[in-house]
Amino acid sequence: MDRLALLGSTLCFLAGFALSVQALRGRVLGRSPGILWANLCGFVFQTVWLYERGQQAGRCPLTSLFDVLVFLGWSVALLYLLAGATYRLSLLGVFTSPLVFLLQCVALWMPMPLLSKPVSPVNAWLELHAAISVVAYGAFALAGVAGATLLVQERQLKTRRLHSFFYHFPPIHDLAAANRRLVYIGFTLLTLGLVSGLSRGVAHIGLLRVVSLGVWLLYGFLCVALGVGRISPQRAAWLAIWAFLVLLLTVWAVQIVSNV
Amino acid sequence: MELLCLGLSHRTAPVEIRERFAIAESVLGALTAQIAAHPDLGESVVVSTCNRVEFYVASPSQARGFVAIDSILATHGMVVTGDAFFRRDTEDAVRHLFRVVSGLDSMVLGETEILGQVKKAYQTAQEAKATSRNLNKLFQRAFNVAKEVRTQTNITRGSVSVGSVAVELAERIFGKLGSCHVMILGAGEMSELTAGALQARGVKSIFVANRSHERAAALAEKMGGKAVRFEEWTREFGEVDILIGSTAAPHYVLTREQLEPVMAARRQRPLFCIDLAVPRDIDPEVNEMDGVYLYDIDSLQAIANQSMEVRRSELSTCEALIDKHVVDFTAWLRAEAARLALAPQDYAQASQNARVPGV
Repeated sequence: MDRLALLGSTLCFLAGFALSVQALRGRVLGRSPGILWANLCGFVFQTVWLYERGQQAGRCPLTSLFDVLVFLGWSVALLYLLAGATYRLSLLGVFTSPLVFLLQCVALWMPMPLLSKPVSPVNAWLELHAAISVVAYGAFALAGVAGATLLVQERQLKTRRLHSFFYHFPPIHDLAAANRRLVYIGFTLLTLGLVSGLSRGVAHIGLLRVVSLGVWLLYGFLCVALGVGRISPQRAAWLAIWAFLVLLLTVWAVQIVSNV
Repeated sequence: MELLCLGLSHRTAPVEIRERFAIAESVLGALTAQIAAHPDLGESVVVSTCNRVEFYVASPSQARGFVAIDSILATHGMVVTGDAFFRRDTEDAVRHLFRVVSGLDSMVLGETEILGQVKKAYQTAQEAKATSRNLNKLFQRAFNVAKEVRTQTNITRGSVSVGSVAVELAERIFGKLGSCHVMILGAGEMSELTAGALQARGVKSIFVANRSHERAAALAEKMGGKAVRFEEWTREFGEVDILIGSTAAPHYVLTREQLEPVMAARRQRPLFCIDLAVPRDIDPEVNEMDGVYLYDIDSLQAIANQSMEVRRSELSTCEALIDKHVVDFTAWLRAEAARLALAPQDYAQASQNARVPGV
């Protein structure tokens, strides 16, 4: 198996990115079905590639940082396609293409680890745990994007300097709601992932367990704060961004430690 | 054949003259039909708005066409003399219509209301069977040009009045305004206009507080809102999403210290403060608080001016787009004339025969 499907997928997301920029400049964001089609094609290529990689590995293809990045991109694209039309056709949806494009560019830049079928039987619970967790990470990535968009919008409103893209941003209220919902979705998935992991055989992986619990606690705190209305949308946006950066760092750190 | 335009607008005539030539909607169809039926004219569309009265006709001869319109208008007591009226023929008339529907000739550059008004005038002409191939083609092309100009340039971007800027900002904060509560502090003209603009976007309720409770009650009644005693306005404040300050108080009516406990109780719902008063009603410090967005009259006006600047900067792009369509359309017109190869005297009859609405 080579990188052809992955390359095709990356090019599709690049096309989605280019179409998004074009739609923004032409102010026809909500009327550009090309973006949806480009991202849909990218998602299909991703799925094909992940399927083939999974067949080769004989398990869920999440054995290296390379795989995690592609799977994370796939999760973001999946959430983009499952989300409502408002999200897809808004500026927020437009960020999906560059985000996935960036994730896959980093992956393509890395050497692709060779896979071989595992000698011992695959632990299905462990596979489920890993897959659900990465989809949760996709939701957290989008929550971070929503948060960043909210902060840019907030800055423009506070400073009263309205750039031309101000008029394309979704309202603060909608961005805050998107951030909140994505954090809730991500947290629910992460909890399911943790439960599935803890229920069978993952408990012995000490470092991973600590990291997973740390991330779960971080987002749990954010969920509670949002739920009781004790945190402003601006602070929630900052937390969503920082939490996702912490999450990326921990994934990277776990990979490094695992390889040592 | 010639396409002619005779008219006056806010650029050429003051309101005292424009009002004399304004044509009532009830007689517009009949007048349009009368013009089209003249032997020296073939088709007509009459546009009459508060800012312009314009007659678009198709005629085999420019000179005879203008004379014919003058004579018809004279029968209605409208004597076309002086500098107030402009006369444009074929290429200039086409360019003029394209500029008008694109909002380039409007009092507020880039406004879109004129497009609806011209569409209505064209519909009236169609219903009066006063249009045929040439004007049908011209107006349909004009509507496409207007759409292209609007979507491919920033000519309609942003808001250019204080009231509309306030509405746009409110929508950037809250999205749809249907669940928003508005409070007016001080029943002034500007606050009424701004609240009216917000009301037109469907805000849920309006509270009015004023030092004179009678004025508050009168404005509340006019706007379908609720009057609140000025001493008690803070009681209703917890519900309010948009606050419009326009009192004559010499000091701040709302300070950061007052607002902090209110914001804590609002469960982080944002608050949009519009301060139209001079001296200002709202302490500028509140803008530093999370979720509070404060705009005073100068900042609203600055955004309106900025939008107008953007629109002005788009003019040359719009003109270039329009020029392209003018060239295309006049080429079509010439090709049509060559194809029909009609003598001028046959034109009116041919046009009458070909008068099919909606071609």
